[in-house]
Amino acid sequence: MSFDIPVIELKGVTKSFGPVDVLKGIDFSAYAGQVTALVGDNGAGKSTLIKGLAGVQPYDGGEVHFAGGIVELKSPLDAGELGIEVVYQDLALCENLDIVQNMFLGKEELKAATLNEPHMELQAVQALESLSVKTVKSVRQKVSSLSGGQRQTVAIARSVLRDAKVVILDEPTAALGVAQTEQVLNLVTRLADKGVAVIIISHNLGDVFKVAHQISVLYLGKMVATLKTKEVTYDEVVAYITGAKGQEGAN
Amino acid sequence: MSDKVTSLASGHEGTLYDQTHAYLQRLRGGEMGSLPAIFGILVLAGIFEIASPFFITKLNFANLFVQSAELAMLSAALVFVILLGEIDLSAGVTAGVAMAVFIDLVKTQHWNWIPALGAGFFAGIAIGAVIGFMVAKIGVPSFVVTLAFFLGFQGMQLVLLGEGGVYRVETPAILAIMNNNLAAWGGWLMLVIALAVSFVISLFDRARRASYGLVNKPFSMVIIKLAGMAVIGGISIYYLNLNRSQGSIPISGVPIVIPISIAILFIGTFALDRTRYGRYLYAVGGNPEAARRAGIKVVGVRVIAFIICAVLAVVSGVFHASRIGSVDGSAGHTIVLSGVAAAVVGGVSLFGGRGRLAHAAIGAIVISMIDNGLGLLQMPAGINFLVQGGVLLLAATIDALARRRGGVVSRN
Repeated sequence: MSFDIPVIELKGVTKSFGPVDVLKGIDFSAYAGQVTALVGDNGAGKSTLIKGLAGVQPYDGGEVHFAGGIVELKSPLDAGELGIEVVYQDLALCENLDIVQNMFLGKEELKAATLNEPHMELQAVQALESLSVKTVKSVRQKVSSLSGGQRQTVAIARSVLRDAKVVILDEPTAALGVAQTEQVLNLVTRLADKGVAVIIISHNLGDVFKVAHQISVLYLGKMVATLKTKEVTYDEVVAYITGAKGQEGAN
Repeated sequence: MSDKVTSLASGHEGTLYDQTHAYLQRLRGGEMGSLPAIFGILVLAGIFEIASPFFITKLNFANLFVQSAELAMLSAALVFVILLGEIDLSAGVTAGVAMAVFIDLVKTQHWNWIPALGAGFFAGIAIGAVIGFMVAKIGVPSFVVTLAFFLGFQGMQLVLLGEGGVYRVETPAILAIMNNNLAAWGGWLMLVIALAVSFVISLFDRARRASYGLVNKPFSMVIIKLAGMAVIGGISIYYLNLNRSQGSIPISGVPIVIPISIAILFIGTFALDRTRYGRYLYAVGGNPEAARRAGIKVVGVRVIAFIICAVLAVVSGVFHASRIGSVDGSAGHTIVLSGVAAAVVGGVSLFGGRGRLAHAAIGAIVISMIDNGLGLLQMPAGINFLVQGGVLLLAATIDALARRRGGVVSRN
């Protein structure tokens, strides 16, 4: 696995809302098979950075490189075509539908003009198996009967099904208990092991240190540090997040 | 959860015993479907049988089917919008306007009945499209839009038919729907076709699952389902084929409205369960934001649902005109609330996303039984409304409780 060429690389991206510069020339990279954590205090620009990657709110300036070439991310469709999937905090699942139906929502397969349920079910099972998911009782369970961690699992497995190259997870453990957080973090690691570039946004540094290979810290619209998890301490990261460190020596 | 082929189950595994056990568990989890309504039918049948010597008679049995059909069709129409968490209070008057258009073209413009009926349906489609547009595109709550149409169309009916205008329906084909019966062999043929279609679909589904190496439910379940259909259908048809006339001219056979209704409900159910549109309808009803993010064109799904609702409401209007043999300015004013009641009693959730057309049909039988049975007991109309209201309240409470229970289960 090559760690040299990032799957996705942002160079000097900017974004303003009226007079407010939210992103002030950000450089950011995510590598295949690695988990990159994006941390920063509220208002640092994490969401804006992610929305740009998802194509929901295109950047104003800067370059986006995908697998080496420059690309445009003007709409969610562009992002989807490149294989960039976002798992939002509110998950966007239909509780009245079952796991398979949710995983294929909007991408249903047809055969003879009717839904090809068996084939979708088979692929859903394979996607879940590839992530070693064992916690769901049945793939035909309604999502309303699933726990928060299981729902997160379904949402993540959906991105696997779509053959994502980059998966962005927005606070995947925010609403979960201890055991379920553990499950989801394991899932994140397995997702990266499959060769996916995983970007995880989290306020929980404990989680970040558990799964991330590198940590990118945003502070007031600037990338103040990009650190290897192994070479940094918890307190240092906190210092970067709060602005106590890194203001003078960014890059 | 014993021996599995894949590491994850799909609910198709296990013996008949396991499947029954899983079904009972789902019931306990609050997924009761129309079971309370079926229970209600049995209880009502028992009560009315004891109270009135006329309830379980051949004539009344046939009447009950015919009365239910009209309400079942309107209720099925409403299911399409209720699944979205919306409501169409104007469904009844939409049917009234469509029939007014039909009768006006036949009587005063001397049109042939087929294009006239087509024009009636076209009016229904147009009305559904306008309501759908107002709700889905402009964002006016469906309750308000359809309440406005409910009021406005009562006026439209009067304008089309004139104050106090009543027109006889003289088209034999339309009168035949509610008043004529299939020959005895026709009833049996209908049952054979239904069993054959159901069996072929089951075999097709099983073959498809097998071709992907997936487990199928035990074959005995297919046989049990077909046997159930054969027994209930067989008894009903046998009973309807007996002479039920109280006069000298014999009346027997399955009313023509029954195969028509079953065919429409079958096509509708097929569309809901097995097409992309059906899936999207449930998705939008369950979580519109999730549907939108999945790339589903939510506005289109909503507009089409209102159009389907209007079209099926017009079918119900045709049944009504056939039964009473005339069209007047007050047709369809009161049936819509019974239609909503039937859907909810049958197990369709007013919160959206949960329910089936069969639920509406079963609920319609419950409401019609109350109407019919209390009528036979010569109860005043007031009692009838009180009982219907009580049943609706009970059903809505069961719905809300089931929903809460489902929620509790999901968070533990």
